Amino acid sequence: MEAGFAVLIGFIFAASIYLMLSRQLIRILLGVSILSNAVNLLIFTAGRLEREVPPVIPDSALVPVGATANPLPQALILTAIVISFSFFAFLLVLAFRAYQELGTDDANEMRVAEPKGEARPPMGY
Amino acid sequence: MAVSDHAADVSHAMITTPVAPADWLVVTPIIITILGGVFCLMTRKQTKIQPRIAIATLGLLMLSNFGLLARVMEKGVITMVMGQWLPPYGIAFTVDATGAMLALIASIVAFATALYGVGDSDAASRRYGFYPFLMLLMTGVSGTFLTGDIFNLYVWFEVLLISSFGLLILGSDKAQLDGAVKYGILNLIATTLFLIATGYLYGLVGTLNMADIPRSVAALPDRAPITTVAMLYLLAFAMKAAAFPVNFWLPASYHTPRIAVAGVFAGLLTKVGIYALMRTMVMLLPIHHALLADVLAVVAVATMISGALGAMAQSDLRRALGYLVISSIGSMLAGIAVSTALSLTGTILYAIHSILVMTGLYFVTGMAGRMSGTFALRQLGGLYGKSPLLALAFIILAMSFSGLPPTSGFWAKVLLVDASLKSDWPWLAGSILVAGFLTTIALARIGLYAFWRGGPEGTPDGTAFAYAESADMNAPDVTAAYTGMWLALGLLVGLSLFIGLAPDGLVAIARAGAAGLVDPSNYIGSVFGGAGGQP
Repeated sequence: MEAGFAVLIGFIFAASIYLMLSRQLIRILLGVSILSNAVNLLIFTAGRLEREVPPVIPDSALVPVGATANPLPQALILTAIVISFSFFAFLLVLAFRAYQELGTDDANEMRVAEPKGEARPPMGY
Repeated sequence: MAVSDHAADVSHAMITTPVAPADWLVVTPIIITILGGVFCLMTRKQTKIQPRIAIATLGLLMLSNFGLLARVMEKGVITMVMGQWLPPYGIAFTVDATGAMLALIASIVAFATALYGVGDSDAASRRYGFYPFLMLLMTGVSGTFLTGDIFNLYVWFEVLLISSFGLLILGSDKAQLDGAVKYGILNLIATTLFLIATGYLYGLVGTLNMADIPRSVAALPDRAPITTVAMLYLLAFAMKAAAFPVNFWLPASYHTPRIAVAGVFAGLLTKVGIYALMRTMVMLLPIHHALLADVLAVVAVATMISGALGAMAQSDLRRALGYLVISSIGSMLAGIAVSTALSLTGTILYAIHSILVMTGLYFVTGMAGRMSGTFALRQLGGLYGKSPLLALAFIILAMSFSGLPPTSGFWAKVLLVDASLKSDWPWLAGSILVAGFLTTIALARIGLYAFWRGGPEGTPDGTAFAYAESADMNAPDVTAAYTGMWLALGLLVGLSLFIGLAPDGLVAIARAGAAGLVDPSNYIGSVFGGAGGQP
């Protein structure tokens, strides 16, 4: 099952990188969002996939009986989802504000901080 | 009886001895800064009280970190496990000399920034959260230096990243939004790469505890997949540290926020990347470091030379400083590339020095800009006549940055060059010296234009340009504003000089830190051995 997931994750990464290579801000952001989901799936798969056995210890035992699903990747992913969601929300607002102020969502035209054709630095003294 | 069985079993899964009171210092930096941030947020509208809370909190943070460093130097590595789970389960905070020293210096710089911010942050930027964000930035930075769990390190990276976003767009003018878009997206991609690498590492070794990883990696039969992980870590942290081919977010954004913010960013954020590189490349994955050492060395040279050349080509003071930040990162990377105890001592010392001096240079620039009303090198001039004290501070910081005695930069560079020569990297040593020479030119050029010449471009030789005293110059709250700035600057310049004149104590600490990175047996022993409470 891991192999199938690995291929799927590869496809998702490819899609996100393709989007992030775009010049349009909104596509870059969609790429970032897909990227974080690809990573979540990657962690999930890296923790090994085990079907339908929750990691609950029966009352009579002290350790789990038999193989169970690995709870740690789920905890990691939950953390990562919360973080990536808040970052995505922030970046979305930032991109919208930048679009409002700068009048463009083309990364090549966003040159306010580093303007084109600046005066050259003083050469003589 | 099931109940008594469970009760008897606790010592197999948990640490039963209580934590020694002094060891609580491991987590106090986090608690102090979060609480300080909360109080600042609650007094969001009382812009006059906020700086006092922030300065008191960060002063407390300095004391706490000082106590922690003293404790670490006395007792060795300290570990505290959240929830008292036996390692490697549960999140461990493990502090060694490197982490404690960097946390202390970071808190000193944050304290200086809070002082500088008294004058630099206006009421609006305080209402939008300058001080709360500064506190939470320090939560992230402290957590990064103190944690002993690689996934937890990722979480602290994100805490400091989101706080830095808040600080970066405080004024929300056009240039800031433009810079923040590039800074935000590229840094988020870098931390995502870090997360990918951590996911792979977990899949391979099944542990996230930084003391457990070196043992588990060494026990793996096949090295090849770990090399991929090492490469991913290198790329992710090189991006965070602003190493050469992946550093274009830094010059695009660092000149846009207000100077107090730019100063603390330049001091702390890139060094956090360097710290993470030292931890992962040297301590966690040492065998794979050997494979990547050449890559690191080439990146180091490219970073320091391109940064110095970039600084020379700028006509805006703040943008020139952005390139100088990059140049200093190159020197630290050189130490990581060589990766002997001596070179890492150099890297740690250089990081400490660079945190102090870079922030100081930004503060000088901010005051120069405030006094003359511009940051453009063509329009600056005559600042020596305006404020000889500022010129003196600039000269000391510039000498320190270029690595000239009697300042902190000298010893750091001596150690790095010495280590490179001893490990047979003559071209690396040569590059450090060439980069030092180029930064000397870049800074001398700034000194010549901004401070030494009589006035802005067009002022005839031999005449002094009289700045119009701005109307509010002598108003009482402006004088108070300058007091905070001078205090902050004095603290940083004084420390740089002090380290330059009496480096022994700091070198001893850096040496202990480097020894712990090269041979992590004490680190591992602290987590799995005795200090955590379990024999």
